[in-house]
Amino acid sequence: MAEVMVPIGPQHPALKEPVNFRIYVEGEKIVRLELDLSYNHRGIEKAAEERNFIRVLPLLERVCGICSHSHATAFVKGIEEIMGLEVPARGQYIRTIIAELERMHSHLLWLGVAAHEIGFNTLLMWTWRDREAVLDTLEEMSGNRVHYNMNEIGGVRLDLSEKQVEAAQQRLPVLEERIAQYVDMVSHQETMLLRFRGVGKLSKEEILKYGTVGPTARASGVDYDVRRDDPYLVYDEVPWNVVTDSSGDVYGRTKVRIGELSESLKIVRHCIENLPGGPIRVTSAPKAAPKGEILSRYEAPRGELAHFIRTNGTDKADRLDIRTPTLANWTSVAKALVNQNLADIPVIVAAIDPCLSCTSRMTVIDTGTMAQGSISWEELVRKCRARYGTEVQP
Amino acid sequence: MTGDPQSLSQRLATWARVKSPWVTVFNSGACNACDIEIIACLMPRFDVERFGILAKGSPRHADILIVTGAVTRKQASRLLRVWEQIPEPKYVIACGACGAGGGVFQGLYHVVGDVGTVIPVDMYVAGCPPRPDEIINAVVACLNLMKEDLAQGGKEWRRKAGDTDRKETTPGTVAKDVRV
Ligand code: SF4
Repeated sequence: MAEVMVPIGPQHPALKEPVNFRIYVEGEKIVRLELDLSYNHRGIEKAAEERNFIRVLPLLERVCGICSHSHATAFVKGIEEIMGLEVPARGQYIRTIIAELERMHSHLLWLGVAAHEIGFNTLLMWTWRDREAVLDTLEEMSGNRVHYNMNEIGGVRLDLSEKQVEAAQQRLPVLEERIAQYVDMVSHQETMLLRFRGVGKLSKEEILKYGTVGPTARASGVDYDVRRDDPYLVYDEVPWNVVTDSSGDVYGRTKVRIGELSESLKIVRHCIENLPGGPIRVTSAPKAAPKGEILSRYEAPRGELAHFIRTNGTDKADRLDIRTPTLANWTSVAKALVNQNLADIPVIVAAIDPCLSCTSRMTVIDTGTMAQGSISWEELVRKCRARYGTEVQP
Repeated sequence: MTGDPQSLSQRLATWARVKSPWVTVFNSGACNACDIEIIACLMPRFDVERFGILAKGSPRHADILIVTGAVTRKQASRLLRVWEQIPEPKYVIACGACGAGGGVFQGLYHVVGDVGTVIPVDMYVAGCPPRPDEIINAVVACLNLMKEDLAQGGKEWRRKAGDTDRKETTPGTVAKDVRV
């Protein structure tokens, strides 16, 4: 049978974010996938070089609306290490609490989306209902449901009051009960078993070959989590376990994420109960960072997030390079889709928990000489406008 | 919005439209947060369906287009195309600080600007991201606007004197010549 190309996106009812798939199929079987991820490219990395460490944090949070705390923490953690700052324990604990609450809201969101992709909308409604409890806690602590803006260089912006801690503690048992329900459900729920098992299988070798990270990798038996293997914040003081699974399919990824929900809950509870006293940030953080380079790693809800930061002695980063987990995971999707059913595309794509606002990258290459190099802001703006033929007054 | 607004068929159409507006969401370069807050509107806590507001995949079914985010250069022509596919009378809500003025992405090299530079916007929602209740409020306010427009016989009455060179008057001037 001849190959047929099925175009999907950029605007498509099943995908909330702009992405373009060209899926080649033979009958119902997928042959290969071609991707265009660049619709959301905004140029944040370059803009980050123009803003000082105070102004850059709100921008970095907006790399992605779901893991906003991850990006801000990865960045401040790197800068603090270059500056040699010791963040007070209370600050680190609060950062951890927010980080794990963020993981919980992200995984609940994912579970709902995955359920939606297989037509199991009841679960979508349930998880999103429970997610509101997490968002309420985050809102009480930070003042916003989605962009918390808790970080600043040298600590956190807001302290937790007795009342906030109490309110959070009251919500935890409810969440715990609900999560236990999901753990139970995933083991026997017919719809999930039928649609998730054996779909989008990836072996451990393939995972390692394609550089896949996060729950997707852990579901194929790769026992790796930055929180344990390169501990930051307070993960080395808190008792918790890395969740892995050996099945390597969408079912495994579901189990890993649900398992991580319970682990995150444990971490949040531990941190809240053992919240140390004292200051939440250093009294006077320096404005400028000395010359240096650092690779700051962070376990975001979707996997390992890396911020490469080069500083040059000023209050701005000389270069910031963000490697997001979704970018690392796309190749595995292309692999996992091969030989699968056309109808399983949404669930296999959703299984890596794709988030597209952080994945678009740009490389400047001279097509004549194939030379790569750096480019100034002015030149970039000029080239970009010439390419698209638009001139917009800010 | 042709014909006599007082005719029976028009009154019926208006009644149906205001009772149950269908909404399409378009991400023109958002950070995702506005999108998840819009989806949260559909979920049990906020549940806009009880007001008859329904999210639809195709712009051809939509009455209201909610655009999230600043418009990236690559999305500008797509946004215009989606907007053109919506049947009249169409209403646009620009969601969040980005939609209103570019937000933190104002002036970035791959960002054209706010939603208003590409298509005419009827309503702006403040916030980064706006809370779901604020988004619902915007949709409801948009319905009132719809009714008002019908009574006034079009959107003309909202244009203030001396407003002739507002972005609305020339929809798509930016995006028309965007080549991708
Ligand atoms: S307004 Fe804020 S939350 Fe909404 S897309 Fe822009 S940066 Fe994200």
